[in-house]
Amino acid sequence: MSTADSSPAAPLLELVEADIASAGNLELTLIRGVSWRLLPGEYWAVGGLQWSGKSDWLATVAGLQRPAAGKQFLFGESPEVLRQSDLVVDRQRIGLVFENGGRLFGQMSVRQNVALPLCYHQNCPPEDTREAVATVLALTGLTELADEPASQLNRSWRQRAALARALVLRPEVLLLDNPLAGLDPRQVRWWLDLLGALNAGHPWLAGKPLTLVATTDDLRPWRTRAHQFALLQSGRWCSLGGRAEMAAHTEPALEDLMTL
Amino acid sequence: MEKEPAKPSSASLLQDALALPLPQSYLNFVGRQSFRLLQTIQGVGAFALITLGVTFTKFNTAWRVTHPLIRAEIERAGVRLLPGVLFLGIALGLVIVGQTVSLLTKIGAEQYAGSVMVTVLVRELGPLAAALLVMARVGTAIVIELGLSRAQGEVEALEALGIDPVHYLVMPRVIGLAAAIFSLTVYLIITAVVSGYLFVFLQDVPLLPAAYFNQIAQALVWQDFLLLGLKTVTYGTIIAVVTCYHGLAQRLRLEEVSDATTAAVSQCVVGCVFADALFILVYLLM
Repeated sequence: MSTADSSPAAPLLELVEADIASAGNLELTLIRGVSWRLLPGEYWAVGGLQWSGKSDWLATVAGLQRPAAGKQFLFGESPEVLRQSDLVVDRQRIGLVFENGGRLFGQMSVRQNVALPLCYHQNCPPEDTREAVATVLALTGLTELADEPASQLNRSWRQRAALARALVLRPEVLLLDNPLAGLDPRQVRWWLDLLGALNAGHPWLAGKPLTLVATTDDLRPWRTRAHQFALLQSGRWCSLGGRAEMAAHTEPALEDLMTL
Repeated sequence: MEKEPAKPSSASLLQDALALPLPQSYLNFVGRQSFRLLQTIQGVGAFALITLGVTFTKFNTAWRVTHPLIRAEIERAGVRLLPGVLFLGIALGLVIVGQTVSLLTKIGAEQYAGSVMVTVLVRELGPLAAALLVMARVGTAIVIELGLSRAQGEVEALEALGIDPVHYLVMPRVIGLAAAIFSLTVYLIITAVVSGYLFVFLQDVPLLPAAYFNQIAQALVWQDFLLLGLKTVTYGTIIAVVTCYHGLAQRLRLEEVSDATTAAVSQCVVGCVFADALFILVYLLM
């Protein structure tokens, strides 16, 4: 079946019977038989305990990692048949915020980190990106820290800078790897409010709703914010449905992610 | 009284030792090392081909980002090493050129001074000394910085942003190191030749500056300039590719970075010596 259909309901990202391998050891399969599609405007929270393979699943969804088995589609096309130039275009449509400080380039300032993807893809000097970078830095509350070296920031600010770097290319899909881990309640609220605004259609994205997928090891903050839920547990993928379905779900692993 | 057994002679001991099978562990060791060597050659070769492909096809892609990186690499590997290279040039001039010319003059063979210097300095010592200096100062730093970048996941972050890590991280280093080693070699040769004459002058050797420089100019042929350029660019490419390979090719743990640096240095030296051997063949055919 061709998935290249560009109708409005066409999935943006899709996995078909995909086995997810570990990034550190590609021969080790962590999750088996994932079939999942991401439609425009959706807001997913994917729960899983530590070592359940959340990061590897997200890397596979983003096209950074090939599934050990099964199929993977980015905007309706398999990355295996895409030309390198098309893959680069697809990557710009997907924003990815890594966990644990967002993997910023430590030797650069926050402003340089945020400007890099714009400068690279638009082949322009940093001066030409000043306005866009300033807008995204203001959006993420980083204006005061713009000229600080990224390595000097604490983890929560680095995570915000990584969000700014992912947003600067105005992606259609934003993937977040455990973005709330280790944040205080005030920071958690800030993140959830901003993600909600982006999903609803933020002026930075010209009012177009941003499709969101976040992995988490604590589903509680997401239960009133995300719209679709899933679990990764014991090497399998379990789609829970919407808020009401999740509240009624009896999956035992769900309790681990919803209670202290 | 019981007769004491006769002591075996050293010849029979040697024969006994040779008749013994080689220890299996030793064979395993040789096998493992050979296999590892082949794997390394395959890995570095593939990485070199990818790098050259990216360099030729994407040289002008995002040039406003990558060309400043190339300039920065030339500054790091070239301009900042200039004082060290000048010092090395002066030392080489005094130690090798000055003494060689002085000796040749004493035995009445001063007419060979130009050929000796061109062979020693231009063809062999100049490029190799500059390459080794760059490898020691910049090559090791490349393994460490790329190894740390990989260990901290920055390379995956580049891929996620649609930035080709070979284009952004490796290509500027290859071009920068190649250009830097070529330039430093030229400065090193000029400094060694001039300081060599100073040594000759101080020793009261009856050799006029015009005769000295004329001998060198006459000993040089156009192929020397071409091969000097090719050789230095080859050295720069080898050093950059090998050090980038060790920093990037596999995800290193922090404690593995020092071992990767040591391996890269030894492989750079072996690579440069092999390249030198190939160029010697070309010189012999000239």
